[in-house]
Amino acid sequence: MASATQGLPQPAMNYRRREFRRAWRSMVAAKWPLLALLILVCVIFAALFGPQIAPLDPNRQNIMLRLAGPMTEGRGKTLFLLGTDGLGRDVFSRLLYGARVSLLVGISAILVGGTIGVVAGLVSGYFGGWIDDVIMRLGDIQLAFPFILFAIMFLVILGPGLANIILVLGVGQWVTYARIVRAQTLSLREKEYVEAARALGDSTVSVIFRTILPNIMAPLTVIASFNVASVILSEASLSFLGLGVPPSVPTWGSMLAESRDQLLANKWWLAFYPGIAIVMTVLSFNILGDWLRDFLDPRLKTLG
Amino acid sequence: MWTFIIRRLLQSIIVILGVTAISFVALQIGGDPTYLYVSERATAEEIQQTRVALGFDRPLYEQYFTFVGHLVQGDFGTSLSYKRPALEAVLEALPATIELTLFAMIFAIVLAIPLGVFAALYRGSALDGSIMTMGMLGQSIPSFWLGIMMIMFFGLYLRWLPISGHVPFLVPLLQGHVVEAFSQLPMALYYLVMPGVAVGFYSLSRNARLVRSSMLEVLGQDFVRTARSKGIPEAAVVIHHALRNAWLPVVTMVGLEFGFLLGGVVVVEMIFSWPGIGRLVFNAINQRDIPVVQACVIMLSVIFISLNLLVDLIYVRIDPRVKL
Repeated sequence: MASATQGLPQPAMNYRRREFRRAWRSMVAAKWPLLALLILVCVIFAALFGPQIAPLDPNRQNIMLRLAGPMTEGRGKTLFLLGTDGLGRDVFSRLLYGARVSLLVGISAILVGGTIGVVAGLVSGYFGGWIDDVIMRLGDIQLAFPFILFAIMFLVILGPGLANIILVLGVGQWVTYARIVRAQTLSLREKEYVEAARALGDSTVSVIFRTILPNIMAPLTVIASFNVASVILSEASLSFLGLGVPPSVPTWGSMLAESRDQLLANKWWLAFYPGIAIVMTVLSFNILGDWLRDFLDPRLKTLG
Repeated sequence: MWTFIIRRLLQSIIVILGVTAISFVALQIGGDPTYLYVSERATAEEIQQTRVALGFDRPLYEQYFTFVGHLVQGDFGTSLSYKRPALEAVLEALPATIELTLFAMIFAIVLAIPLGVFAALYRGSALDGSIMTMGMLGQSIPSFWLGIMMIMFFGLYLRWLPISGHVPFLVPLLQGHVVEAFSQLPMALYYLVMPGVAVGFYSLSRNARLVRSSMLEVLGQDFVRTARSKGIPEAAVVIHHALRNAWLPVVTMVGLEFGFLLGGVVVVEMIFSWPGIGRLVFNAINQRDIPVVQACVIMLSVIFISLNLLVDLIYVRIDPRVKL
């Protein structure tokens, strides 16, 4: 990081540092975003180091200790912190592993959808004309039907799997990005500094990606953080329907699906903890999105 | 006015064609669809026979036109697991889903308006804070988890509400048994409460936030100040002047709402064993009964698109500012 910033002239570095400090102060003042950030750091930590911190193998079955309640002690001083499921697997360890799929799908789908949407929006806004018409009408069509149903249809046909679910949920997001990027590009296109870049002989690609794109990142980050939240919810629904990743990989959605078998037996911990994990993660992304929107530009309030 | 209606109508038809095209392509990218219709032990000859019989050997554009032609005639293919027309299965399940979606929609709109209005009127108070916290939370809870938690608490622990089951209302009503239908309504609602709330809670939260922010915007405008300064009672100002303008964004949402709700309906129906499209789709997923999945998707999309068309047309009537 140090080598990257060393090249910058002094004022720019100071500006960055000042902005960062301002963000931190506003976060501390608002309290909730700070808590959300803390929760997300924990979730990211669980996703990265799940195998190291999980007390047990998430797929190891323990027939003797099926459906044990939270805080049950097993043989050899193993503690089932959040109990075990119908196959005697440790709920806590599965929960830690589940963080991986949720975050991976949430973030990758946004990268896929965001990339498609940003490129489509930039092209649409910068060039206009028939290409703009085609892209925007395609977007209208996509928004005109209930997308989750199509996600279901494609996953039934393509078969479940991590790559498929990321692709399907990613493609579902592009229109939002394309519309916002297009609107911003339209107004930036006529600005003096963009014209200056053109006059200096910058190539079209360079003008689009190095002059225009950096100036529309603010609204994009806001949308992305709300979007991660909704994609995580969709992923949980699809996993719940059995359309997520293969059964050997624990996910929060599939844990909830398995808990249905024990619903009448009143084994509440099977459904409670994975749900809380989803709610906390999604809530944190939503709170951070709200804060980021107000922090970056109070005028963006209508976007959420 | 008429040009708008015709343009919107044409747009809807194009979108529906888009939906059929995507469903058609979806079936093709899964490989040769013939294999869905033959048993695993079928010989190459049998496979070829089925392929020719079902028309999968013809060029793709021809297949697509046949596909659309059949759809227009109400032929959505044959269910692989039930061995009967897919449309029949869908139409049978549709009323229960419409009941659930309508209930959730009404719940989400009727409650959201007072919640949003009060939050806006008492901005910054504890009431506003709790409504907004609930709104934030409601947008982060997966509907199916809410359903499971409600089953455990209200169904199994308190034993107040039924955890599954369905009393039909729409079917007797449509068959003309009006008296019977309405005598069953209380029972139907009793079974609808839990799944309906689970499906609608997300929308309720979003709508409440939406009403609040649009109410705040309207309350700050000149015509509201004028109305107040004329000495009109505050309640009348809020209801006649402010709310009339503030609820327009909510009306726009109604059409789109249906799409949001559908996502929840599919999973929530499964939890409550609700005999609707969601359960049908879920069973079809497990049996890879693609014609049924396709029929459900196309049917619900057509409803969604028509609803949005209707909302747009109504919007023109209720918002005099929309000039065409």
